[in-house]
Amino acid sequence: MQFFSGSEISPSPPAPTASGNNAHMMYVFNRNGICLLYREWNRPLRTLSDHQDHKLMFGLLFSLKSLTAKMDPTSLKFHLFCLDLITSYSEVNGSTINCGPDLKMIMTFLAVFCSNYFIINMPSHHSMDKGNLGVPQLPGQGCSFHSFRTNTYKLSFMETPSGIKIILVTNPRTGDLREPLKYIYNLYVEHVVKNPLYTPGTPIK
Amino acid sequence: MAAIYSLFIINKSGGLIFYKDYGSAGRMDTNDSLRVASLWHSMHAISQQLSPTLGCSGIELLEADTFDLHCFQSLTGTKFFVVCEPGTPHMESLLKVIYELYTDYVLKNPFYEMEMPIRCELFDSNLSQAIQKDRVALLGR
Repeated sequence: MQFFSGSEISPSPPAPTASGNNAHMMYVFNRNGICLLYREWNRPLRTLSDHQDHKLMFGLLFSLKSLTAKMDPTSLKFHLFCLDLITSYSEVNGSTINCGPDLKMIMTFLAVFCSNYFIINMPSHHSMDKGNLGVPQLPGQGCSFHSFRTNTYKLSFMETPSGIKIILVTNPRTGDLREPLKYIYNLYVEHVVKNPLYTPGTPIK
Repeated sequence: MAAIYSLFIINKSGGLIFYKDYGSAGRMDTNDSLRVASLWHSMHAISQQLSPTLGCSGIELLEADTFDLHCFQSLTGTKFFVVCEPGTPHMESLLKVIYELYTDYVLKNPFYEMEMPIRCELFDSNLSQAIQKDRVALLGR
């Protein structure tokens, strides 16, 4: 991973690790799902086109966030999961013109699965005191995950209160990447947000 | 103060066949647990698609602020996942122990139909024993 040595930016840049090849890819999304930045350093396998890949990544993170908020064992849970999941998936689906067959299949599979259970369990007024499962939550509300690991990669995720999501895909042995993600966010704020020529919501050039 | 919050077992089509809650503050009702299980099944599959290299077998560990989720997928596609406190050690070996109990007390049960919800007393009792042993070992009580 390459980091600038900016002295006025806090927190300080992390010490470079010994081996050079740590990161595979990096994504930055805004709250509407637009991919502002995509960098790849090492990606031998590419299953989908870039556009579909971004949408799939955003969709996966969105639903994982809802899932973790729902599964949080230390707080009150919420119902009405599926309705918002379906509507948000249909927004993501409908917002593009070309949607590949794989992505459509996955999205419709999810929507159908969830809608089946939603129809079976119409929320009664009693369940409203438990709240809504899967209502698009404000960034930072509810328990959110910060990383997941598979046998071939580790994905680290950070969401800011403004809805900016930073994702780093690295090798599975990577440690906790929350500090480097904060550092990247600071870089984003310094160099992108404060740039007078940058329009928010467009990809970063 | 339980180290493990809950355990889910999903069959290969994503349907929930076993759910046990070990004392989390927000217990889920049946429908919610079904939804969560099928959602996890799909997330597991999508994460395989996003892998930068070949040979990905899905999410093994999900770390959140207040809990960790460990998942074990057998060769047949049955997924066992456990929600526990962040940083609980030895969850992978516990999942393998649970898998062994599953094969011994559920699959060898002649009255058990494949892919159906698990209703085997021996499995329940041995599972509680295994979790208790694990809890005692972890907390030293």
